[in-house]
Amino acid sequence: MVGAIVAFGLRGWSGPTLVFVAVVLSGAMAGALRRMALFALATIPLVISILLVNTFLYPNARDAIVTVGPLSPTWTGATAALQATLRVVAFGLSAAVFALTTPIDDLLTELERCGLGRRGAFVVAAALGAIPRTVERSREVVDAQRARALDTEGRPWRRLKGLVPLVGPVVFGALGEVEERTMALEARAFTAPGRRTLLRRLPDSGRQRLSRWALLIGSICLVAASLAGAVKLP
Amino acid sequence: MVVNAASYSYAGAAQPSLRGLSLELAPGRVVGVVGPNESGKSTLCLVVAGRAPGVIGGRLEGSVRIDGVETASMRPHELAQRCGLLFQNAATQLSNTTATVFEEVAFGPCNLGLPVAEVVARAWQALRAVGIESLASRDPARISGGQGQLVALASVMALRPSYLVLDEPTSELDPAGTRLVAGVLSRIARETRAGVLIVEHKTDVLAQIADEIVVLERGAVALSGPATAVLGDPRLAKLGVEPPAPVRLERAVRTSGLEWSAALAEAIE
Repeated sequence: MVGAIVAFGLRGWSGPTLVFVAVVLSGAMAGALRRMALFALATIPLVISILLVNTFLYPNARDAIVTVGPLSPTWTGATAALQATLRVVAFGLSAAVFALTTPIDDLLTELERCGLGRRGAFVVAAALGAIPRTVERSREVVDAQRARALDTEGRPWRRLKGLVPLVGPVVFGALGEVEERTMALEARAFTAPGRRTLLRRLPDSGRQRLSRWALLIGSICLVAASLAGAVKLP
Repeated sequence: MVVNAASYSYAGAAQPSLRGLSLELAPGRVVGVVGPNESGKSTLCLVVAGRAPGVIGGRLEGSVRIDGVETASMRPHELAQRCGLLFQNAATQLSNTTATVFEEVAFGPCNLGLPVAEVVARAWQALRAVGIESLASRDPARISGGQGQLVALASVMALRPSYLVLDEPTSELDPAGTRLVAGVLSRIARETRAGVLIVEHKTDVLAQIADEIVVLERGAVALSGPATAVLGDPRLAKLGVEPPAPVRLERAVRTSGLEWSAALAEAIE
């Protein structure tokens, strides 16, 4: 969250550069740089569109780099494009560091400890847990349909047509399980009143808590001061 | 657990799925339920465990009492602590929200808001009762079907219900998994004094673990009594239930004119 506030809230190069450096250092310390690169690759389509739109179509920019026919990229546009790209990449990588270094059950435990109800935590956790199961079910359905001569390979149009008979079994099969899952949850006292017992207690020292709050409040103050013109940043 | 003249109809159904059914389950006893498809076995599980009509709707006549209290008057979490319910598909029993088998088993006690020490004690006790302590640190998503069913059973047992209702717990298991679950169920009934009602197509499993057998036909009790007597009853096959292997073998031996000796029966046992 702090990454997003600083990367998008501060004007100029300072905010995104600060976030980018902090995120790369964190990723290196966590040994997650290589996996973060995959997340960075995911931003490529957005980055390309940002570069093209800003460089060629930046409003009221007249400092052309070169003019080729109707195309006239500008220095102002290119600068804005690079800044926006840095913001997007910095934010994307900060999300990547978070995802790669925080186990989902740790996150949910903490959210529940902070007051997120058991239903809220369960919905998030169950949705994430359902992804591999849905993938597995899809594979089973695809295999079953192939065994009955459904063609799911070959040209894109064929593949698309092959998808239609797969959607029903996957979706309705999952819905059919809902009732059984509901009863299984009730059989485990999920609807009992009061707060759940949380088994995990993640290490969180007073200094860590203080640092988090200081970082958040400091970021908000810096952004507010920058927007108000009280602080001039490059 | 006493079921008295229970008749149950699903919402919108023209015909009742259970018709005036009565049975009793005492602590430490195992009652096996068999019958052909559509005979009302799974419905019986839902009714005795208080989920029908409580959760799924429908209409129930007659009564189901656990320790003298009507299940209809209990709230779901109270019911969970009196009567555990297990379905055939282990995958739908697990919460899919925990990183280890231990946490999965502790999920129920955590829901009750018990102190951490009590939750931990219950989880270990349930794991030990089912004999899966060695799985405690494993990921529930990466265990076999038989192990998954045992984890689901331990998860239900961690709530310490007096009764367990099991709907075909071995139907998706291979012979090794079936033997594993059957052995555990038999031990649980003996050691924890929990009353167990088990719906099971595999009469060989019931022959091993059940004290009594109830045969259902079109929602009513067609045959009931001590397991040995019912499983050896010649009417069983006519009711669409295959007798256990030793019974079939004995019949085959006698039909072929050979002598069925006590020594042979003992050897098969």
